[in-house]
Amino acid sequence: MSLLLIVLLPLVGSLLPAFGSNERRNTCALVTALPTVIALGVALHHARETIAGSVPRVALDWIPALGLDLAVRLDGLSLLFVLLILGIGLLIILYARYYLAPGDSLPRFYAFLMLFMAAMLGIVMADNLLLLWFFWELTSLSSFLLIGYWYHQSDARKGARMALTVTGGGGLCLLAGFLLLGHIVGTYDLQTVLDSRDMIQADPRYLAVLVLVLLGAFTKSAQFPFQFWLPHAMAAPTPVSAFLHSATMVKAGVFLLARLHPALAGSEAWLYLVSLTGLMTLLYGAYFALLKYDLKGILANSTISHLGLITLLLGLDVRMAVVAALFHILNHATFKAALFMTAGIVDHETGTRDIRKLQGLWRVMPLTAGVAVVAGMAMAGVPLFNGFLSKEMMLTETLETSLLGGLGWLIPALATLGSLLSVAYSVRLVHNVFFNGPLPELPKTPHEPPRLMIAPGILLAAICIVVGVVPAFAATTLLETAARAVLVGEAPELHLAIWHGFNLPLLMSAVALVGGVILYFKRRHVFAFQRQFRSRNARTIFEASVQTLVRATQHLVDSLENGSLQRYMLWLVITILCLVGGALTHAVQLRGPLPLQPLDGLLVAGAGIAMFAGLATAVLHRRRLVSLLMLSIVGLVTSLAFARFSAPDLALTQLAVEVVTMILLMLALFFLPQKTPKESGGPRILRDALLAAGFGGIVASLNFAVLTRPLESISQFFIDNSVPGGGGHNVVNVILVDFRGFDTLGEITVLCIAAVGIYKLLNRLRLFMPSSDADGRPWSKDRHPMILVSVTQTILPLALLVSVFIFLRGHNAPGGGFIAGLVTAVALLLFYIARGVDWCQRRLTFQYQPIAVAGVGVAALTGLGSWLFGYPFLTSAYGHFHIPYIGDVELATALLFDLGVYLTVVGATLMILANLGKLTTPHRPTKQKEKA
Amino acid sequence: MEALFSITTGVLAACGLFLALRGRTFPVVVGLTLLSYAVNLFLFSMGGLTTGGAAVIGDKGGDYADPLPQALVLTAIVIGFAMTAFSVILAMRARGDLGSDHVNGNRLDEPREERT
Repeated sequence: MSLLLIVLLPLVGSLLPAFGSNERRNTCALVTALPTVIALGVALHHARETIAGSVPRVALDWIPALGLDLAVRLDGLSLLFVLLILGIGLLIILYARYYLAPGDSLPRFYAFLMLFMAAMLGIVMADNLLLLWFFWELTSLSSFLLIGYWYHQSDARKGARMALTVTGGGGLCLLAGFLLLGHIVGTYDLQTVLDSRDMIQADPRYLAVLVLVLLGAFTKSAQFPFQFWLPHAMAAPTPVSAFLHSATMVKAGVFLLARLHPALAGSEAWLYLVSLTGLMTLLYGAYFALLKYDLKGILANSTISHLGLITLLLGLDVRMAVVAALFHILNHATFKAALFMTAGIVDHETGTRDIRKLQGLWRVMPLTAGVAVVAGMAMAGVPLFNGFLSKEMMLTETLETSLLGGLGWLIPALATLGSLLSVAYSVRLVHNVFFNGPLPELPKTPHEPPRLMIAPGILLAAICIVVGVVPAFAATTLLETAARAVLVGEAPELHLAIWHGFNLPLLMSAVALVGGVILYFKRRHVFAFQRQFRSRNARTIFEASVQTLVRATQHLVDSLENGSLQRYMLWLVITILCLVGGALTHAVQLRGPLPLQPLDGLLVAGAGIAMFAGLATAVLHRRRLVSLLMLSIVGLVTSLAFARFSAPDLALTQLAVEVVTMILLMLALFFLPQKTPKESGGPRILRDALLAAGFGGIVASLNFAVLTRPLESISQFFIDNSVPGGGGHNVVNVILVDFRGFDTLGEITVLCIAAVGIYKLLNRLRLFMPSSDADGRPWSKDRHPMILVSVTQTILPLALLVSVFIFLRGHNAPGGGFIAGLVTAVALLLFYIARGVDWCQRRLTFQYQPIAVAGVGVAALTGLGSWLFGYPFLTSAYGHFHIPYIGDVELATALLFDLGVYLTVVGATLMILANLGKLTTPHRPTKQKEKA
Repeated sequence: MEALFSITTGVLAACGLFLALRGRTFPVVVGLTLLSYAVNLFLFSMGGLTTGGAAVIGDKGGDYADPLPQALVLTAIVIGFAMTAFSVILAMRARGDLGSDHVNGNRLDEPREERT
């Protein structure tokens, strides 16, 4: 279990700094370092098992259905990286404490850094491909946050965006590759995948897998042609550059190559794709490192070059090359982190990173200069430093490879050229900054940084020397363990030594060293050569291409979505016609086997009236009031149809809703134009009429087809269980408040939300109020007719009584919360109409919004109540549990739920209509009134 | 009877759709309401057309109208009302803010009427 701690401790640790304050910086740094130290201890504790040859593992289920397990392992490769991440991470925590200015938030920095560290540890320890990918994306995200740490700077934001786009896009490719790999192997378990090399490489999808995985790795490790994001990521604070963009995150790509080496490597495709990309990147980075003026720009390009070198080694078909790659990962991390730290110190002390302005710094900061010299020599590959050893190994292996066949000599030759360039830029970096003449005028007066700030650099420089002088003692065990994890079969025995005798690689090294120094002194020729080319800024190109993409997409969206509702409706209808009409043509015949029921005169009359009124609504639509009256006839006939076909609940509901809808539409019509102007020409009318006719035809056919076919309904269950299970004789109501109570809860919530939305829409609405009707007649002066007032007065108590009656009997006879609520609402609305808003406002002093919300609350609480008794949400009390002495409980819960429905319906309906009505009076809802 | 019912539903749906394709908000709202009548009738008929069926268990026994479509349609009627209300008030708001009641959001195509 403690293996998981290595990942989880930094993850938890990312929360700790958030509680710290920026004033107490030492405490903050200590709190951040603590989980890192413990994780390092745990890793070292397990390291003995790993070195002894076993692989400690832990696996927990996470999402088993997807094949995603929380599985971690600590094999040799993981161990190498874990030590690297945690070790350098600790040094960076210390360094960052002094690097960041007092104005920069240290807690925020540490929180992001720890999140990144946890993600990185997750990648290297994951024992499951999907888990690996999860952490992979997490590093992209946390790196985005870290690069954009100084978010007030535009280049930091742009650099962060670019890094996220490139690495995030690569991450998606990687996911696709992993999914394919999982399909081929049948599992995402890492060990199984690594053991299935033959199966994977024999599969036709192998090349696709390889390309996708390589895209992921190459974008992350800034390989050509994706190298452009890394120099722009240098807008990050220097500790971030040292940690993410030299030692760890960019190594995730090469780690992945090493991790999947047993499964994917060994093919011709791997050899060519990986090695040649690596070689290309090696040369590209080294050349541009020589040309840059920004300290961090040089280091970034040199990092690209060294990552290319490692990629080249991992691609070669020589076993020892892989070991060399691992060794160089270790060496590069130490010297490059040290160099970044000195670059940060120089920037910090002098206020500039431009090497044209810097020289002779060794006089004022000898210690920093010493670290830079040592790390620079390691980078150049000078003997007695660690860089020399891995470079020597690299040169040896390039001689061994079968790559390019007859042109195979090109590989060692180009590798030597790369080394030569590397020597040249290393010399330039160190010599130009720290030596090369007297101290110039600088923005700040430089002096040696605080001791604890330079200490991590000194430690790393010391490691460079120790590994360089006694490599067998310092690195053999770790490398051999790591090599065991990467190579299939017996790992080659390692003989790390400084002296291998006079041989070809030594000669190549010598050529590189001497040639590099000469190139440095003759560098103005290179600069002159480069001036012939137009300089191109990758960021400008990137931003421009992103904007072109956005514009193209916007254009596409605009051409599809032009804001015309009529057009959307048209396409929607055409789609329906095609889909449903197409499906109907597949039916053998429209009419099913059921016999038709007989017609009677009442039915024909009803249908005739409905069709006539419907057609009149459509035809007379330009005379809005008439059209509305016709509509109400259709509603009335619909309600009668429900009654005719044995659905009294529906008939009651429809009738009540009909009244409310008509009042609403009448009121709305008052505020809208009374007539519709003639707009559509003949062709448009014809087109719409044809579409409508087609749609009506399809609806009618579909309806007829269903009605004449036998029905298999699940309703028998509800009918059978209504009385014993729900305690009610009205099945419709029992379904609403019991069987499908959850649906009803959702529906009243929607009703309530719609009412609240309307309330907000009415807020500060600018109105057009006509002073006369469409024909110019003024409104009647008799606003509150006497007869209506007196009738209403009498009806109100009666109506309320009826609604209570309907509500109470709802469970056993037609009725229920919906209908009772509507009846109450209609009765109160009648009052508003008869007496006017002012009069009612004075008497009904309460607001309707709380009533509607309370209704939803009551219904939800009733549902939650069943939890108290250990039953699922909304379990009706009836018949499920028996509390002694409380006989009537079974009715109570369903009725309570229905009460919620009732309150919501009353509240929502009146909220809509009363507020709409208030618009004609000074009581209209406004912001000012809300505040009062 | 089935044929007549289907034709009625079809005609109502067609009229509703025709209105929904108009260019002004009020006919569109009326059309949507008409369409929702048609849809409710259609949904209701999915349980079959029962004449003289028992509404409540224990009434006469035997032939019940299918309660499930009824329950669905009952809530659909209420939600349909909420939708009508929302769209008509949205139409009012659009007219208030844009000065036009055209569904495509065209601005100000009519002289403002006097306010009271």
